[in-house]
Amino acid sequence: MGRKKVETPVRVLIAKPGLDGHDRGAKIVARALRDAGMEVIYAGLRQTPEEIVQSARDEDVDLIGLSILSGAHMVLFPKVLKLLKSARGRSIPVFAGGIIPDEDARRLKRLGVKAIFGPGASLEEIILTARRIARPRA
Amino acid sequence: MTVGSPALPPAARRILRHDRGELARTISAVENHDPRVLPTIRALYPHTGHALVVGIAGPLGVGKSSLINVILEHLRSLGKTVGVIGVDPSSPFSGGSVLGDRIRIDRPSKDDGVYFRSMASRGHAGGIAATTREVSRLLDAFGFNVVLVETVGSGQVDVEIRQVASTSVVVLVPHLGDEVQSLKAGLFEIADVFCVNKADLPGADGAARYLQEMAGLALRADGWRPKVVQASAVARSGIAQLWDAIEAHEAHLDSTGQRASAQRARLKAEIVELAREALVERWSDRLSRNAELGRLLDQVESRQVDPHTAADRLLRKLGSP
Ligand SMILES: Nc1nc2c(ncn2[C@@H]2O[C@H](COP(=O)(O)OP(=O)(O)OP(=O)(O)O)[C@@H](O)[C@H]2O)c(=O)[nH]1
Ligand SMILES: [Mg+2]
Repeated sequence: MGRKKVETPVRVLIAKPGLDGHDRGAKIVARALRDAGMEVIYAGLRQTPEEIVQSARDEDVDLIGLSILSGAHMVLFPKVLKLLKSARGRSIPVFAGGIIPDEDARRLKRLGVKAIFGPGASLEEIILTARRIARPRA
Repeated sequence: MTVGSPALPPAARRILRHDRGELARTISAVENHDPRVLPTIRALYPHTGHALVVGIAGPLGVGKSSLINVILEHLRSLGKTVGVIGVDPSSPFSGGSVLGDRIRIDRPSKDDGVYFRSMASRGHAGGIAATTREVSRLLDAFGFNVVLVETVGSGQVDVEIRQVASTSVVVLVPHLGDEVQSLKAGLFEIADVFCVNKADLPGADGAARYLQEMAGLALRADGWRPKVVQASAVARSGIAQLWDAIEAHEAHLDSTGQRASAQRARLKAEIVELAREALVERWSDRLSRNAELGRLLDQVESRQVDPHTAADRLLRKLGSP
């Protein structure tokens, strides 16, 4: 502690809300962010919005990435954003991945989702965006 | 000092009032070696020493996190609150990490009595992060009755857990012949309790018997004979026995007076280590900036002086501590 301040890695929570059972994409993103020097808390499948927000707060993350394929995104994402807003302290930015129609993507961005990646997004793009939108450490 | 004492830094006061957000932020500051957290750490120290700190060590994938998940259920049914630290390795290449222990734990985001925190080892060897002890103290000060620390789970024994925990469990699995070989000496010094997990799979009896024999042969300075239990995190069996074995070791620490002496030894090591770090930091700067260093370097380079002699001279020049 008396030591010089070292560079602090970005902490990211990666979770998968909803009921679909695959997390291959989420795991690939998690590994890519690790290889970009981030600390990725992998919370796994079938997380409720309440669980995601509580995990993000307990783990004090700078960024939340949510992956979803089940089509329930228009229910789950707004719920997560609402819970994050009602939490005290600085808000944590959220990005999303999955198959999300353009119209929904526009609405989600208006609600506050910082970035949305479709199945064609490159890992480089995701890493760069994650770095840009992550909450800076005071 | 009481909880309401105005002398306490606000963050410390909030932690003593069970503010989880403040706890989470303070842990980050400790992990990041943020010097601004020092007043909080100092103010909280008198409020520590109440939690039972248990280490859960053992090789990769033996079921440490899954066991913690069922231990949590057991402890919650006993009315105990629990803080958990799950340590995973940082990549030596990128410095990043995938922290995957949380995925096995059902409770922390639904139950106020449980707090789970993932930690990356950040290049520290020995199975925990350099700041794990300090984080464990924060959980203690916050008021958790029990603190569980899951080590990195490398191939080697995570020796440093003994600096943090009063009881350490080493988790193994059936068919562990090779594993025990690779863990070799030290294993019986670290494990106060052996847990053969995955006892739902064949071979657990044999493994437990083998460990029992080895534990009987191990002569520990503290007179403790490591206990061996079988458990299955999947079948949720053997968990009460595992916890009883942990408590038996704690009782041994009390009845023999070893708790105080072990604690004193740990604190001594910690103080010496902190002082050493401060010393190294202060002196390495002064050493590398010293004008004499350039001259000595020339002489070493031209092989007039050897590096050992040069180091001695450099220290003498600085009036070494
Ligand atoms: N059959 C069986 N499998 C188990 C048991 N406990 C855990 N597992 C499985 O073992 C695998 C690893 O479990 P974890 O709890 O992640 O093990 P760990 O020791 O925490 O792993 P690391 O943190 O990566 O070292 C998972 O697939 C679990 O489902 C058990 O009692 N029986
Ligand atoms: Mg684990």
